[in-house]
Order: sequence, then C-alpha cells, then structure tokens
Amino acid sequence: MDPKETKERMKIPKQVMPEQDPGERVKNFFEVPYGYTAEQAMEEAKRCIQCKKPLCVGGCPVNIDIPWFIRLISEGKFVEAAHKIKESNGLPAVCGRVCPQEDQCEKVCIIGKKGEPVSIGRLERFAADYEREHGEVRIPELPKWSGKKVSVVGAGPAGLTVAGDLVKKGHKVTVFEALHTAGGVLMYGIPEFRLPKKIVQSEVEYLKRMGVDIVLNSVVGKLETIDEFLSNGYSAVFVGSGAGLPYFMNIPGENLAGVYAANEYLTRVNLMKAYQFPEADTPVIRGRKVVVIGGGNTAMDSARTALRLCPEEVSIVYRRSREELPARVEEIHHGEEEGLKFRLLTNPKKFIGDKDGRLKAIECVRMELGEPDESGRRRPVEVKGSEFCIDADVAIVAIGNGANPLIPQTTPDIKVNKWGNITVNPDTGRTSKRGVFSGGDIVRGGATVILAMGDGKKAADSIDEYLKTGVW
Amino acid sequence: MYEITEKVELAHTVYLFKIKAPLIARKRKAGQFVVLRLNEHGERIPLTIVDSDNAAGTITIIVQEVGKTTAMLGDMGAGDNILDVVGPLGRPTHIENFGVAVCVGGGIGTAPVLPIARALKEAGNKVVSIIGARNKGLLILEKEMREASDTLYVTTDDGSYGHHGFVTQVLQNLIDEGMKIGFVVGIGPIPMMRAVSNTTKPYDILTMVSLNPIMVDGTGMCGACRVTVGGKNQFVCVDGPEFNGHEVNYEELILRNRSYMKEEKMAMEELTYHEGAKCYDK
Repeated sequence: MDPKETKERMKIPKQVMPEQDPGERVKNFFEVPYGYTAEQAMEEAKRCIQCKKPLCVGGCPVNIDIPWFIRLISEGKFVEAAHKIKESNGLPAVCGRVCPQEDQCEKVCIIGKKGEPVSIGRLERFAADYEREHGEVRIPELPKWSGKKVSVVGAGPAGLTVAGDLVKKGHKVTVFEALHTAGGVLMYGIPEFRLPKKIVQSEVEYLKRMGVDIVLNSVVGKLETIDEFLSNGYSAVFVGSGAGLPYFMNIPGENLAGVYAANEYLTRVNLMKAYQFPEADTPVIRGRKVVVIGGGNTAMDSARTALRLCPEEVSIVYRRSREELPARVEEIHHGEEEGLKFRLLTNPKKFIGDKDGRLKAIECVRMELGEPDESGRRRPVEVKGSEFCIDADVAIVAIGNGANPLIPQTTPDIKVNKWGNITVNPDTGRTSKRGVFSGGDIVRGGATVILAMGDGKKAADSIDEYLKTGVW
Repeated sequence: MYEITEKVELAHTVYLFKIKAPLIARKRKAGQFVVLRLNEHGERIPLTIVDSDNAAGTITIIVQEVGKTTAMLGDMGAGDNILDVVGPLGRPTHIENFGVAVCVGGGIGTAPVLPIARALKEAGNKVVSIIGARNKGLLILEKEMREASDTLYVTTDDGSYGHHGFVTQVLQNLIDEGMKIGFVVGIGPIPMMRAVSNTTKPYDILTMVSLNPIMVDGTGMCGACRVTVGGKNQFVCVDGPEFNGHEVNYEELILRNRSYMKEEKMAMEELTYHEGAKCYDK
C-alpha cells in the first residue's frame, strides 16, 4: 500500500456500531448491538492499512489471517471473508461478539497507536453473520477418513474447536456433552443479550454438518470412562469439561435462599430460560434489590441479566477500585448505561436472613488499597469499624470457579494441580496420561472463550500428530 | 428421547416408571440418581434410580406428584417419551459388611432405600428394614423390601397398618433391645431423616442419609445443591447424595428447599388451570 493511501485510510473515522437504546434494552433479552451494515463494514475495513507484518495475527489466540479477511470485506467479498476466518476459527459469530479484542488483536493494531484501532471483532462478527444470514454457509471439503476416532468430553468452546479441526484433518469425532444442549458456557453462561443462543446453535449445526457427532446427556466418567473410550476404539480423548463448582466466600448466611452462585443464576436464566417463567418451568428469584459480588465478566453478565428481570436496583460489590475491575470496559459501560450501580472498595462480611431463611440484607465493610500483592494489584484491606448494611433480597456470588471434579474422580491417572485443574503441556495440551489431551477452563480455571478455543486448536494439531506418528 | 416402557401406580399419586436408558442401566450403582427433563420448556429434576434391568436396558424410578413436573410425569404412561435423562449421577452408596444394617425408608423415601437394602444384603449384612408412611394407602414397596430384608417392620402414622407410629420409634426399640447395629441408612422427608439421625447419634451408630436438594445441572457446575455438612459446604450432586446424617444442617436444607414455594405454587395453578378437569388434592 502506497504511503498516500495509508494516510487517506487513517483519516477514516472508526465506524460506530448501532445498538439498542439502554432504556429499551433493559426491558428485553434481545442482543444489544445490531452489528454493522454492509456499508459500515466496508468503510471500517478500509481503515486497515494491510500491514506487511501484521501484529494483530499474533495477538489472536487462534491466529486468524486478519488483514486478509478485512481486505475481502473492504472489497465487498463478505462470504469469502467468512470462509477465510473459518480456516482458523470455527466459531466466528461467537468470537466476534465475546472475545476481549481490546486485549488481543485490537490491542496490538498499529492504527491504535495513534487513534482507535480497527474494529476487528465487529468485522469478524459482520462477516460471520452475513454468511449465516445469506444462507451461504459452505461446508469445506473433507479429506478421506484417516481410520482414527477421537472422543471429546464437553461441547463447549474448547471441545467444539477440537472437533471442528479434527474432522477437517480427516478424523472421526464424537463429542460427549453432559447437558441437554451443546455449547457449554456459550449456552448456560453468556446471556442471550450478548450472544443469542440461535447463533451458538447454528455454529453447532455447522460442525454437525461437517460430520461431528454430538451425544447429549452424557456424563463422561459416570456413564463411560476415559479408559473405556481408549480401549473401545477411540485413539485419543480430549477433555474440555470446563469450569466446575463455584467458589464461595465462606461467610455466614451464604446458603440463605436468594444467595446464588453466578453459575446457577446464569444457568437458570440462560440455559433454562427462567426469564420466561412460568412458560418455562425453571424459576429464578426476581430480586427487588440485587447485589452482585465480584468485578469480572461473569459478574457483569449476572448484573446485566438481573437488570432485565425488573428489579428496583442492581449493584456490583467489589473490594478493589474501579481501575482494578477485571471486566471488559465495554461491559462496564453497557452496564452503567443500563443503570448498574457500583459499590467499590466494599466487601461483604455476612448475609442476613429473615425468619424464613430468605436473604434480606448484606453486611459489608469498606476497603482501602494497601501494598501491591503477588498479582501486582494493590491489596484491599478492611477499614476497621466501617461496617454497614445494604438491603438485598438476591445476591449473586461471582468470584470464580474451581475445577469440575468428575473426570479426575474417575480417571485418577490424569494428573491435576492442587486446585484440581488438569496439568498439561501448554504447547500441545498433552496430559500425564497417554492419548489424553485437555484444554479450556478445566486446565486454566476461569478463562475466556477464545483462550479455550486456542487450547483446542493446539490440542487438535497435537492429536493429529499423535494419531499419525503414535509418538507420545 | 427416552421411552417409558412401563408404569405402575404404587399408591395415590405415586408411580413407578421403567425408562429405556441402556447405558445408565448398565453403569448405575445403588445410591445414584438421574436428572430428567420432560420437554423443551421443562426443568431439570433429580430422581433416584431404584432399580435397573440390564437385559431390558431399563432403569426404574419412583415419583410422587408434588409439583408441576412430577404431576406432568404422573400423567405420562408407557410409550411416552421423556426428552432428557442423564446419569448415573452422584457417588454410589458405600457398601460393606457392617454386620447388622438397618434400612429406614419414610414415604416415597422407601424407593431409594430399596437398592441400598439389596446391595447391603448382597454384601453379607443382616438387613433389618423399617418402612413407614402416613397411612396404608401411601405405603410403597412392602413386598420388595420384605424380599430384600431379613426382617421388615412397617409403620403408619395413623395406625391404619403395621406399627402405629413413626419409623424412629421402631429404630429406638431395636437399639433398646440391644441390637448391635453397624450401619443405618435413613431416607425420606427431611424431618424424618433428622429424627433418624437424632435417634442414632447418642449411640454413635454410623448413619447415612440421602439428600434431595434443589438441583439444576446436577453435574458439578452450578452450585445450587450446596448443603452444610460438618460445618462445610458440600455439593450433593458430586459429593453426595449420601452424607453422614449426624453432620447435616437439616434446618438450612429445609429453608433452602422452600426457595421457590411461591413459584412452584404458581406453576401448579397454571397446570391445573390448563388441565381443567384433573384435580390435585394436595
């Protein structure tokens, strides 16, 4: 690209993605942003200066050829752009919505050095949506069957990525999912208004059309074990069983009615559609005053979900200050637009119940920031004697998850760390057990969709190599 | 889809179902449960596996109509399909030869006791069972429990059959008579399990109870089924469902199980309204 054109391109302003008005969207579960129009997408795509050595590709955990697909969009070749992305990413409509691009591809975008980076995520979303909505989803040509079968435990982001990559390499794949729907956290965790479930299901459908076999209601370890898979015709197993039981704070009153773990609250509303109760059979307590404890993306998802269930007030209680909030800036911004309150430098001490054992208030204490701790963040310390009470009839504890115990319980020769997370070689996903690979939250603890997918991608390459060479 | 192959009415609003689920039938052990979902709008509910038939590929569950989902299940019959059945979940009962094992079942709780009684018998225990119900009409599995046990005592709260009184009175009598009991398992309504535990506690008899809290996923993810046991949080779906009865915080469990009383009532009213003619006398 000649310097003159580069200069011209850098003058194009970042295209704003239209979204539902906050006052309106807080009354519904429809997706918040509408996505780019074709014109906006082409204009935004022109902001990319097509670097010879693009940093964005290295910033992407699955190394999508970003400049290439953006160039295709700028030329109006939207379907081709989607195909390009799908060479490296099986779930682009998902990633375009939920990846923290500001910490990955967009963070290293050269345009971002002087102004706003190219909106890579929004363009990815546009291409994937365009392909899907125009009925032009193409099933790639698959190589002849290698004669090998692989089983995948868990149909979440990691497992689905492994499955998609392995069928493209010519292996047969069966995915075993414990829940009644495939998608894992994309179905039970991330809310409808951030990731419509029909999009997840169409991505799952795409994998099925490529030949991935998905068995639902199948709890590996309890029903069939990994050892049985290995002796019954599967040459390798990938474990992507995901996040496990939620952490609690171990403070008094945590088991009162109305105190939820974020996992349960989100599962009730997203997977079980409790927002449609009584049309859907699963209820959720619709609090008048809802308090979410924690400052991560799961806390934001819980809080923004609660806002849509007609409360008087939803607030976040977080023990550090605004700067330390681990949630995406975009989520915090969306939450505030929707009326979310922040009670920063505040920590719960005790949940207080009424005579029927239902939550009525939370005793909190003020915090101040002290010396930096091992994470480099300043350690919050209690301000003595600053206890106070806040009214709450629903509290949602969103402070992270442990590891799911079912696979380690039933396959003791897979090595786990002291928190129960499976130990792997980070470059290959290989576990301590021959033929068994793992990735995603069961390895990392709570991480992101895209990191789980990155794990899946590496593991798929390593599985393919193992199947071909037999070398462990 | 999981087909119902057989349905038997055991008592008023209490039904036995055999469901086609060959893999679960092959794998399940005493004490484990399934989670099922009837249809696309359905909730996920846990139910103990009472029995299985490997040859027929079926599992047996026993259900009492207590809410919308169980009432809808009660209306289903042989040939109907359940959308989702997942299991076997939970840890199996720890079975060994304790010498004398006493199996106590209260109401519908006799259903999960049955496979445990059988397994204890098979392990060489002298099995003494006590089953009770509010009245004779609500008593279930008497014949099966008699076959599984060396001795069976039956109680009814109203005296319409067997011993007039509670299961715990019979249990106390056995202890008072000097029976050397190595193990007690008590399953039924929470107050009954608490009473059984209180009965054995002074004598330090190992007593297990099977808890039935509210669950959602049932596979160790959501945290809904937490209970306090021995002062610590335990998750019934993966750490249980059986726990040392002397350590369970029953009061907390009772209150937690009432979390959705209002919603459950609303759902039942909707159902009876839509079904019109059918009457549920609860």
